[in-house]
Amino acid sequence: MTEVSVAKEDAAAPGELVVLKSVNKHFGALHVLQDIDLTIERGEVVVVIGPSGSGKSTLCRTINRLETIDAGTITIDGKPLPQEGKELARLRADVGMVFQSFNLFAHKTVLENVMLGQIKVRRTDKKKAEEKARELLDRVGVGTQADKYPAQLSGGQQQRVAIARALAMNPKVMLFDEPTSALDPEMINEVLEVMQQLARDGMTMIVVTHEMGFARSAANRVVFMADGRIVEQAAPDQFFSNPRSDRAKDFLSKILHH
Amino acid sequence: MFDFLEGYDVLGAFWMTIKLTVFSAVGSLVWGTLLAAMRVSPVPLMRGFGTAYVNIVRNIPLTVIIVFTSLGLADIFGMTMGASDNFELQGFRLAVLGLAAYTAAFVCEAIRSGINTVPLGQAEAARAIGLGFTQTLGLVVLPQAFRAVIGPLANVLIALTKNTTVAAAISVPEAALLMKGMIENEAQTLAIGAVFAFGFVVLTLPTGLLLGWLGKRLAVKR
Repeated sequence: MTEVSVAKEDAAAPGELVVLKSVNKHFGALHVLQDIDLTIERGEVVVVIGPSGSGKSTLCRTINRLETIDAGTITIDGKPLPQEGKELARLRADVGMVFQSFNLFAHKTVLENVMLGQIKVRRTDKKKAEEKARELLDRVGVGTQADKYPAQLSGGQQQRVAIARALAMNPKVMLFDEPTSALDPEMINEVLEVMQQLARDGMTMIVVTHEMGFARSAANRVVFMADGRIVEQAAPDQFFSNPRSDRAKDFLSKILHH
Repeated sequence: MFDFLEGYDVLGAFWMTIKLTVFSAVGSLVWGTLLAAMRVSPVPLMRGFGTAYVNIVRNIPLTVIIVFTSLGLADIFGMTMGASDNFELQGFRLAVLGLAAYTAAFVCEAIRSGINTVPLGQAEAARAIGLGFTQTLGLVVLPQAFRAVIGPLANVLIALTKNTTVAAAISVPEAALLMKGMIENEAQTLAIGAVFAFGFVVLTLPTGLLLGWLGKRLAVKR
């Protein structure tokens, strides 16, 4: 009996938070994810980069099962990703997600956006939820916009609210699916700064992005994807100054030297 | 000039029309919303039921449905709606049932088209914070869908108001039944027709204007 329980604990090593093992996915004939193996440690910031269509967004979305996978396993905090239903909803509450297009609830105020999950999923009472929502909104610098509707905010402000909404659930890990790709250039930094602060605070983050500056400064590890495969993983310094694969060299040469 | 109206309870008949409309509207809104939820649900059986219901019910003439509630449900199956000894009340309740069942099919389709106006990302964001299917639909998708279809729902409500005249077929004493009686007894048939036509316009025109205004006011800004 003891041996069994020990073996179980070994399977979910304390440091490993998100583990993907030989994950495969097809969109029709397109093999978007091919044998993906990826382990994310607690507190680690992993930036996923790569050319368009390389499967990085899909990878990000499989982790909270917004995309289903055809084969392989994904475990979060030692638990395999559940099928549809209550179990899955519970898991998603623990995995924060920030989308490219913000996706704030358009019929609710900024404050209500950040309160909804706390009240309906976490069953927090209304007063505490509001307190926490205001605190988080202050933290991402949009506290004064609490009573406005999302459409009245700039893109950068909306995205920061979206981050606050995800944080309100006390997630174990945050997924960012190209959080700055839909933003005007001048608004990108305000979002990146919030993310950098989050990284410094020790949040586990998986960030799909084209922001190489963020990857350099905030990432513990860069994962480079191309054509549905993880081609290379390395520390950011090493990856940007000395990429090993030709595919990564080619990619970097196209984006870094202007 | 209007002495042909003497001895007839025109207002009472229109009051019956209003009651039929209001009860059927509430019933069809609830049932139609449930049908719409079924049609977008992940459960194939529910989707199948919703689709079958809508396609069968909206293609049957309302007269057939209303007559069936009386001759079929009440007379053959003994569904007297808790009013077996009160013929008028029974007819009223059966008519509301038939009207609601019929109108729900149209309400369902209006709401479903509203659901299609809500960007997919809204539902994804709702699921991503841990809301289940019912919560995602009830808290995020439907509130936005409703606001998008207030105009189309006003159309359905106006059609329903006029459709209540079919209840005359099972002797519910509403406006159309009274009109039929008056035309048989009085000479001024054109004037009688005009009075009832006017009555219906008075009921439906404000409905359309009010809901049109409300639709604009409540529209979700994106």
